[in-house]
Amino acid sequence: MMATITYDGTTRIYPGADHPAVDGLDLHIEDGEFLVLVGPSGCGKSTSLRMLAGLEEVDSGAIHIGEREVTGLSPKDRDIAMVFQNYALYPHMSVADNMGFALRMAKTPKAEIERRVSEAAKLLDLEPYLDRKPRALSGGQRQRVAMGRAIVRQPRAFLMDEPLSNLDAKLRVSTRSQIASLQRRLGVSTVYVTHDQVEAMTMGDRVAVLHEGVLQQCASPRELYERPANAFVAGFIGSPPMNLLDCELDADGARVGGSAIPLPPAVRQEVSSGTVTLGFRPEDVSLVGAEEPGISTTVDLVEELGADVYLHCGLPEARGGVVVRAEPRSAPALGDAVRLGVRPEAVHVFAPTTGERIAA
Amino acid sequence: MTTATETARRTTRRRFDARKWLPVLGVAGIVLYCLAPFYWMVVTAFRRPADQYDLSPLPRTWSVENFRAVFEPGTGFGRALLNSLIVASTTTVLTLVIGTSTAYALARLAFRGKNLVLSLIIATSMFPGISLIVPLLRLFTDIGWINTYQAMILPSLSFALPLAVWNLTMFFRQMPQELEQAAMVDGCTPGQAFRKIIVPLAAPGMFTTAILTFILAWNEFIIALSMVNEREMQTVTVAISKFTGATQYDQPFGTQMAAGVIVTIPLVIGVLIFQRRIIAGLTSGGLK
Repeated sequence: MMATITYDGTTRIYPGADHPAVDGLDLHIEDGEFLVLVGPSGCGKSTSLRMLAGLEEVDSGAIHIGEREVTGLSPKDRDIAMVFQNYALYPHMSVADNMGFALRMAKTPKAEIERRVSEAAKLLDLEPYLDRKPRALSGGQRQRVAMGRAIVRQPRAFLMDEPLSNLDAKLRVSTRSQIASLQRRLGVSTVYVTHDQVEAMTMGDRVAVLHEGVLQQCASPRELYERPANAFVAGFIGSPPMNLLDCELDADGARVGGSAIPLPPAVRQEVSSGTVTLGFRPEDVSLVGAEEPGISTTVDLVEELGADVYLHCGLPEARGGVVVRAEPRSAPALGDAVRLGVRPEAVHVFAPTTGERIAA
Repeated sequence: MTTATETARRTTRRRFDARKWLPVLGVAGIVLYCLAPFYWMVVTAFRRPADQYDLSPLPRTWSVENFRAVFEPGTGFGRALLNSLIVASTTTVLTLVIGTSTAYALARLAFRGKNLVLSLIIATSMFPGISLIVPLLRLFTDIGWINTYQAMILPSLSFALPLAVWNLTMFFRQMPQELEQAAMVDGCTPGQAFRKIIVPLAAPGMFTTAILTFILAWNEFIIALSMVNEREMQTVTVAISKFTGATQYDQPFGTQMAAGVIVTIPLVIGVLIFQRRIIAGLTSGGLK
């Protein structure tokens, strides 16, 4: 019953809008894969999901579920289950009726409905609440009912639209891992939309980053983190995000704060002069002594996170300054002068105009 | 020292009480103001016909003479009650059916000039109904609708619809669209999503609309008076206005009051029956 999902040049232009909400999306989701669509608000991730559900028109391109083209089908004929951001539970039905509604619509025998609902309820710890109405449930329980409504269907694909965004921070973390492990157990292809890159990285087999309706990169979380395809992905994935600096090139490398950061030979082969966007992650910088090569600056802000300390330092090349991870025990104080040594092998280089990654 | 604190405490308590009772006083005032005419109607209805101009707050001698007079064979009151029931119920059902579909379209469909349509609909309800009497009378005379139910139902329908559409549109608008979308993903056609999910949730709004429409149609007087001249077809409001006393110089206030009480009873019963269903908040809990 499971299936692959394919977006084939799928485009959606809202009436009256001058830019497409989703522009030529090409994406293939393997059978049983957990794919996360992530991006800032208005990037087209929800629209992409809603096109797959049949709740949004497709202006050009196609969508396939398995072998079947579903582009023009109405939602009820697609055999998919969706979890909405606000859950959209039916307020006048009990938990059991909510979960069994789709099966009743499909004229499933009553005994079968009961069996599948109680099975799902057991899986989600909802057994004591089957007779309650949604209004008598807590936020977390409602979220689980919405999940249960999807599971009971045994559909070809799960579609989830920010299902955790209405939970408090603590519950969100635990529910996150529950959903991920549940999906692995059930092995149903899943498309999951979120704006939270931590959710995307922790849950997805692969993560697709969207920006202004265009797919930026689709790769495993590790790949996204280590080899971002462009400056947008580099700045979006990671918390705190990658430091991005506009700097001049010279014979020694990229000039930052009076010193030069050497660039890998592969990069040097492609660009030798002009400006580039240089990126490095907060953990790829260390504080070095005065005699070693490094960037001199002062600490503007100290963020204490317990396991780590993040230092915000001003630099003329970086608009918002740079963020550096430091050891909690030996961290400098606010206003201290520091010298930053960037690990040359951990440097990412992007073209200044297109933002595309250069080599390596 | 102790006395000082004690006095202080007592004053705060007294002030606190005053604040607590102020809203109750306000509500009581409003209720008294609204119910006083009804009270007088009921009390007058239970006086003996001879006592009808009495000003005592309770009848000196209780009597059901007035009620007996209402149902005397000559008044045609029973028939009038039936006519009113037919006119008001038909109006209510039609208003609900037409109003619900119109409101749902206005709340959900995206089309140009939607808000203009809504404003126009509400604007028609500001039209003074009395100015329609003469043209309507002329029209209904020409097409032979004088002394028919539809001559009373159609105008009432047009008076009731604007408010009904407005009410229901607001009601549908506050219902999240995700509910229908979830239903459609769960295997419903748009029509099934409307019937199985939206209509049950809209019940409180529909009951409120139904009761308001029923009251409007039940109490309608001018149209019913103008379009009907046969006794068999007249509604209660018209029937009451045509009551005569024992002699032709008698003003039958007592009988009219008794009839008023009888006419009000179905409305009160209706509201009481549906009151539990009108309670808002039936929709809460499905979201977040």
